[in-house]
Amino acid sequence: MIEISDLWFDYDGFPVLRGVSLKIELGEVVAIMGENGAGKTTLIRHFNGLLKPKRGYVKVFGVDTREATVAELSRRVGLVFQNPDHQLFAETVFDEVAFALKNFGFPEDVIERRVEWVLKMLDLYDLKDRSPFSLSGGERKRVAIASILSYDPDIIVFDEPTVGQDYGQKERLAQLIKLLKSQSKIIVVVTHDVEFVAENFPRVVLLSKGRVIADGSTRRVLTDEKLIRRANLLLPQVTQVAKHLVEFGVPGDLMWVSEIKGAILKVLGRGCT
Amino acid sequence: MPIIKVKGLSYRYPGSSRTVLKNITLNIDEGEYVVITGPSGCGKTTLCRCFNGLIPHFYGGNLEGEIIVNGFPVKETSTSTLAQYVGMVFQEPESQLFLLSVEREVAFGLENLGLPREEIVKRVDEALKLVGISHLRDRAPHELSGGEQQKVALAACIAMQPKILVLDEPTANLDPISAVNILNLLQSLRNKLGVTIILVEHRLEAVASVADRFIVMNDGMIVSDGDPRDVLSSTNIEGLGVGVPKVIQLYKDLKRRNVIFNLVPLTPKEVKACLMEVLEFD
Repeated sequence: MIEISDLWFDYDGFPVLRGVSLKIELGEVVAIMGENGAGKTTLIRHFNGLLKPKRGYVKVFGVDTREATVAELSRRVGLVFQNPDHQLFAETVFDEVAFALKNFGFPEDVIERRVEWVLKMLDLYDLKDRSPFSLSGGERKRVAIASILSYDPDIIVFDEPTVGQDYGQKERLAQLIKLLKSQSKIIVVVTHDVEFVAENFPRVVLLSKGRVIADGSTRRVLTDEKLIRRANLLLPQVTQVAKHLVEFGVPGDLMWVSEIKGAILKVLGRGCT
Repeated sequence: MPIIKVKGLSYRYPGSSRTVLKNITLNIDEGEYVVITGPSGCGKTTLCRCFNGLIPHFYGGNLEGEIIVNGFPVKETSTSTLAQYVGMVFQEPESQLFLLSVEREVAFGLENLGLPREEIVKRVDEALKLVGISHLRDRAPHELSGGEQQKVALAACIAMQPKILVLDEPTANLDPISAVNILNLLQSLRNKLGVTIILVEHRLEAVASVADRFIVMNDGMIVSDGDPRDVLSSTNIEGLGVGVPKVIQLYKDLKRRNVIFNLVPLTPKEVKACLMEVLEFD
């Protein structure tokens, strides 16, 4: 699990995190949302020790990140960066994905098997001999994800994974997150994609100006207009429709098309047909 | 008057046997606000690279057909000439930013044009203000968040006062409110200055109500082109993996239950108006 207590961090005196406290248990899927510059990326860079707290502490499975190296922490915490180019360097997609496994000293046959499995899962197998740099932005992003999943960390952190992905790829990403959840991993996703979160995440942590301003069920957080506004987000489109229809007795906390459809049919007196 | 004319355009990248654009014919009028969408790899980014001459001048490859931008045949016009009329904002702002302060970054292109100092100062001020990043003026671009960097790239582009703005997922890294602000800003550039806007986008919720026209591409071809209401509700684009806005999904689902709206709604407000009409009719 991840335990964060009163975490403070600044870049050259410019405060970015101001007393963040947070607990995430195994098997949890959490979205971290908030405005540009809220401190989301800075926060997750503390999970594998890339950044160390200026005040407070971050513990990963009980280990204080100030007392462990990035290499040690990375074995259990995989971080998929926002910009895949910060992560990719190998000559082929296969080598890229195999790199960490080799580094961690896995035997060749395990490496082969794991890499093949993850490439197939992410629809990259046909590209295995290509250079990562010859791929499209969306494909590079998936290679970056594959290179983390291959070594099976317990905690997987995605920074803006839906950027540049089309609808079908987002659906696959959602499937992947469900699969990882079923393996009792911790999945943390930093994203602005309100619709993606409304459909796929049970818990949302809202960050604003370096502080946690809300932490709870997605329905409670994402349908709260005041909170959403503070974090520079928009209500999910279905919720916006619901709030426009409050005068007809439609509840204002709907998030899914199926719910709003049901509510409208009810308004029209065709609820039970 | 079309400001972009594309006729019979086909294209392959060098060393590739795959035709990524297949016989595309398209006119875009001056002052139009056009959204181009479609699944990854459908050719939309490639098409945009033809508008400012990156294809064929930078990428090379095999190009057939004709592209005329602001009266210039792209094949015979240098990218530096085209750059005076066509501004590009890419998905990854980092690849575009390289100077030590936001102000210098925004001024860079203007300095290259050899404009007088007062004009540069004025345009930089205006661009920073329009995009809402005057407070970042002295910061180093590489220290900024992804969303802030995207705004810097956009300001640098706007300062050049292009006639055509081509943006490849410019809001991808922005929080939703900043994204809506940018989309509205593009709309006002179009309304006030007549700038032609070409926007590549996957997330269609916010752009559906601001654009004049939607073009959906698949496998190097245009599969749907027209008014956003018609395109988004058409059966042509089903199964392509286009992320149709929730209000359109709702419209379609209700239609299946025999609740027929007299308009394809693009916003939550329009859903309400449609529903009230159905209630009155009942």
